[in-house]
Amino acid sequence: MTILNSYFGKFGGMYVPQILVPALLQLEKYFIKYIKNKNFIRKFKELLNNYAGRPTPLTLCKNITFGTNTKLYLKREDLLHSGAHKINQVIGQALLTKKMKKTNIIAETGAGQHGVSTAMVCALLDLKCKIYMGSKDIYRQNTNVMKMKLLGAKVIPVNTGTKTLKSACNEAIRSWSNNYHNTHYMIGTSAGPHPYPTIVHKFQSIISSETKKQIIKLENKFPNVIIACVGGGSNAIGIFSKFLNKDNIKLIGVEAGGKNNNKNGASLKYGKIGIYFGMKSNIIQDNYGQIKDSHSISAGLDFPSVGPEHAWLNYIKKVKYVTINDKDAVDAFKILCKKEGIIPALESSHALAYAIKIIKKNPIKKQTIIVNLSGRGDKDIYSVSSFVKK
Amino acid sequence: MKTRYNNLFINLKKNNEKCFIPFIVLGDPNFETSLNIIDNIIKNGADAIEVGIPFSDPFGDGPIIQNANLRAINSKITVSKCFKILKILRKKYFKIPIGLLTYANIVFCNGIKNFYKKCYEVGLDSILIVDVPVEESSVFYKHSLKNKVSQIFLCPPNVEDYTLNKIIKMSNDYIYIISKPGVTGIFNNKIFNTDTISNRIKKISDIPLIQGFGIYSKNQIKNILKSKIDGVICGSIIVNQIEKYLHNKNKIIKKINNLIKKFKESTKI
Repeated sequence: MTILNSYFGKFGGMYVPQILVPALLQLEKYFIKYIKNKNFIRKFKELLNNYAGRPTPLTLCKNITFGTNTKLYLKREDLLHSGAHKINQVIGQALLTKKMKKTNIIAETGAGQHGVSTAMVCALLDLKCKIYMGSKDIYRQNTNVMKMKLLGAKVIPVNTGTKTLKSACNEAIRSWSNNYHNTHYMIGTSAGPHPYPTIVHKFQSIISSETKKQIIKLENKFPNVIIACVGGGSNAIGIFSKFLNKDNIKLIGVEAGGKNNNKNGASLKYGKIGIYFGMKSNIIQDNYGQIKDSHSISAGLDFPSVGPEHAWLNYIKKVKYVTINDKDAVDAFKILCKKEGIIPALESSHALAYAIKIIKKNPIKKQTIIVNLSGRGDKDIYSVSSFVKK
Repeated sequence: MKTRYNNLFINLKKNNEKCFIPFIVLGDPNFETSLNIIDNIIKNGADAIEVGIPFSDPFGDGPIIQNANLRAINSKITVSKCFKILKILRKKYFKIPIGLLTYANIVFCNGIKNFYKKCYEVGLDSILIVDVPVEESSVFYKHSLKNKVSQIFLCPPNVEDYTLNKIIKMSNDYIYIISKPGVTGIFNNKIFNTDTISNRIKKISDIPLIQGFGIYSKNQIKNILKSKIDGVICGSIIVNQIEKYLHNKNKIIKKINNLIKKFKESTKI
């Protein structure tokens, strides 16, 4: 049995074939042991600071908010080595892998950011690395594929199913159930079977620990609103975690509204509760329980489910979840480039687009908003350019 | 209570035979052909059958079964159509045990209570949910007991004692022993030695043990059945014939019939 609670309210659990249960319990055991171990935490923090480049700054955007009373800050996870928040928790999981004496890593990736982070840390810590990636994503995120290969990872194209992140996740689980004895499955987000959502929450909470200190230093008060994009939900849970007990801060998660209510990645808005990818959570599915294809211009948000903690936070209305469509995300992407000289990831552009909406709605309102800029957008310039051409 | 499986295992023992259970996905490649295939499988010697309700993301299965699931879904097979097939089968074949294999979301989405009730109504004997390990099984198990549909659990040979004891306690008709790590498929030779696990179980229980995953030849079946294993389930090698001869229904039936006869013959000791 699990030692930690494997559920967030009625969401979560460990829905995997029996053969994988011992591997999950082993991971939980090592996580519990080492998360309180001073040497482990010291090593984790040392790598976060001196390898990944933490702490990341809070940047005030003066141009976008010009003429309004809003102070808009970006938490600059895009400035991390690897270009996204993904590296925070990858370092943690890779260190656990070493402690478990496993030599191989498998991972799945959509936009490629998790794949790149995984490949980097595997190179650093001498772990063999295989990355499963949908062939559709390989096409739209080719730069990241090249990076992964240069870093020594084997990128395995997945041609089954939707050929996107969903199919890559299935393949990774298949592969893991064959090699769990020497291989750790590096899940890239706060989704999947227990204990992954808990582990990812813990390792990504560094984002909100820093944000809390930084905003107090800069403004001498907490922000009014914190916004983050939500695919699986790791950057969002990372920046929300230390603010979840503050009732006067509005926490907003932004899902991929995609093209319309039939083609999107918004499982909290358009999905319903079900069991998939090892967990009970909200899922985009048909009336018969078949998992539907998701859609988003952003490969990282193109996933038909969401981490169970988000499903719970949505259920108890602790966090407000909204959607932003492809077009508004691309507009926000362009605005940040032109006004502030920052190229955001398309994922983060969803969060930014919602912040812009709030600011536009009430420009005279005095407020402080923080957007988690979860990654940088070099990888997305071709997607944006082909979207603009259409 | 005597179940169809109980009767089957008793009769097989009397005849010095072990159990052969073919697996196919319901509605693969379409409603009519699927029914036809099952008819032939039963006529040619299957002792029991295991059938899958198709799921879009069968991550516990290899590419052959995955493709079968997708073929069935593409031919508009729904859960209610699967129950229609099961109803027809039960009417035709009263004595043969019919087991269902599916994934958690199919059961959950249709309402766990409602799903098990339907299983009872169509006369289903067992249900195996690939992504529900014993650790998550309590709600499912409760309804299986209530509806007299036996819950089948996958049991890896390296299972820990605590889990094994739970599996034994919760299993009525048989335990499904996995013969290799990973997913279903016919070309992975990494077969576990299941002697240890079968001895471990038989020391405390006389529940039948059925082995599955990666079984695709007569010799394999003969070797497996020399041990304390009571029967085998073969899926991918059979389903592969559907994929191979997709546009020639007669050939599918002919090829599958040959396999069934050959495999059943190998279970006679």
